[in-house]
Formats: sequence, structure tokens, C-alpha cells
Amino acid sequence: MNKSTLVTRLLKGFAMFWWDFLVGDTPELFVAALVIIGAVALISERWHANTTAVIVLPVLAIVALTLSVKRASDAAKRK
Amino acid sequence: MLATTVSSGVVVLVGAVFLACAVEMVEALTIVFAVGHTRGWRSAFEGVAAALVALAALVAVFGPALIHVPLTWLRLVVGGVLLIFGMQWLRKAILRSSGLKAKHDEDAIYQETVAELENLTPGTNRDRVAFVMAFKGVFLEGLEVVITVLTLGTSAHRLGLASVTAAVALVLVAIIGAVVAKQLSSVPENAMKMSVGVLLVTYGTFWVGEGLKVKWPGNDTFLLAFVALYALVCWVLVTVIKPRESSNPQKVDA
Repeated sequence: MNKSTLVTRLLKGFAMFWWDFLVGDTPELFVAALVIIGAVALISERWHANTTAVIVLPVLAIVALTLSVKRASDAAKRK
Repeated sequence: MLATTVSSGVVVLVGAVFLACAVEMVEALTIVFAVGHTRGWRSAFEGVAAALVALAALVAVFGPALIHVPLTWLRLVVGGVLLIFGMQWLRKAILRSSGLKAKHDEDAIYQETVAELENLTPGTNRDRVAFVMAFKGVFLEGLEVVITVLTLGTSAHRLGLASVTAAVALVLVAIIGAVVAKQLSSVPENAMKMSVGVLLVTYGTFWVGEGLKVKWPGNDTFLLAFVALYALVCWVLVTVIKPRESSNPQKVDA
């Protein structure tokens, strides 16, 4: 195996690991985390509304978890 | 007050690292036992040793690099990763607790691994299959340990404490595993995963906030409020989605 093929394989393996680790079979949680970070960045850094950020961050995380669990639960109950 | 805030952060950090490492160690140990009992211990131990060297090399490369990343960015990225990772763990643990997903059965995994290995040609002194299986089991589970320790340790500025806690968890589980041998299924793995999930989401929320300059009331003490809040949410979700006895839902694979 030549050097460039080995490097390509290693890079591909590295990318696949992080894809599986962060996205895997729950892409909705990955998207939710990006939305949470974006929303809290707006609230905290642009609008300087600290109290709102303190409330919104965990609430959005709970909503994301609830929707993801409900999605899996509905899929199981439909079968 | 200072003692309270320091100890709150330390308790949550130690709890998160200890439980996460113990869970991963149980999973790795199950594979190593299956390989060792079926194909011989020499190649299994060689696979374990090679995996530990590879993991140590990763820590040596990425550990010092992480320390040089600005703390605000480090906490935002690590917080985001922990938030996703923690929610994934919680989702699985909630589905398992409610009976909608099959529980992680170490006995079944042990039997499956043994059956897979027994169907292959008998091992020699240097058994490549045994080496590769032990290496993969320890390396993949160990990678999660490394990520947990590096991210939690560096973001909390307590890498030494996180590393020592991880080492204690790994040694303890190894000793208990060696004593109870194939009875790793008696470890309450789902309850431990639920606890780790709560702690990872707690730290994820906290550090995403810190990375975005959110000032938490009471600083580190607020971690305990998050632990209580997320534990309550998990209990409510398990209670709400748990099927009634009359219904007969299929277990999901996701």
C-alpha cells in the first residue's frame, strides 16, 4: 500500500469515526445541538440577555431530547 | 462558599469520568474475556497491550494540543460534543428503561463473540483473529474513555484528576471483572449509562453556556441543579413512554 492511499484511508476512518460518534442514527440530536448553540449565541452575545440564556439553553436541550425519544418511541409502538 | 463551589464541580466531574470509564471498561472486558477463553490469553493480551499503546499515543499527541486551545472555544466545542453525546446516551437509556429497546446484555454479547470465534479455525501461539478482536474491542471502547477524560479534564482544568479517576475506574472494573469472570451482566449497566448521560448533558449544557459567555447563577454549584433537572426529565420520559401492559410494542434497534 503506498503512502497516499494509507493517508487517505486514515483520514476517511477518522472522518467516519466522528460522523458515527456525533451524528450516527440520531441526526436530529446533532442538528438540535447546532440550533441550541446558535440560539444561545444570539441571546447571550448579541442581545446580552443572560437570564433568558440561562433558561433557554436547558429548555432547548430538554425539548430536543423529548422529541428524539418520542420519535423512537412512536416508531417502536407503530411496529 | 468557595469550598462548596469547588466540591460541586469536582464531585460532578469525578462522577461523570468514573461512571463513563467503568461502563466502557465493562464492554471492553466482555470482549477480551470472550477472546481469551476461546482463543487463548496470549494473543488476547497482546491485542490489549497494542490497543493501550495506540491509545497512549493518541493521548500524547492530542492531550498537550488541547491545553493550548483558548478556554472559551474549548468549552464551546467540548460542550457541544458532550451535549450531543450525552443526549444520545440518555435517549438509549430512556428507551431501555421503558422497555422499548432491548437492554445491553453482556452475557449475550459474550456468547455471540464466543460463537463467532469458535466457528473460525483453531488458534495458534500467535492468533491473528484473537489479537485483532481484542485490539478492536479495547481500542474502540478506550477511545470513548480517552475522549471523555480529555474533554472533561481539559475543559474543567482538572486533567490530572480526570486521568486518576479514569485509571481508578479501569483498575477497579478490571479487578472486579477478573474476580466475577463471566458475570459482568450483573453490573447495572443501564442505570450507570443513565447516570453518565445525565452528567454528560449537565456538563455539555454548562460549558456551551460558558463558551457563549452565559453567567450561571452560583457558578459551578449550578451543575447540581442541572443534574437534578435532567434526572427528573429522564424519570418523567421513562414513565410517560413506558407501554401499558396490554400493548405489545416492538423493540427498536436505534
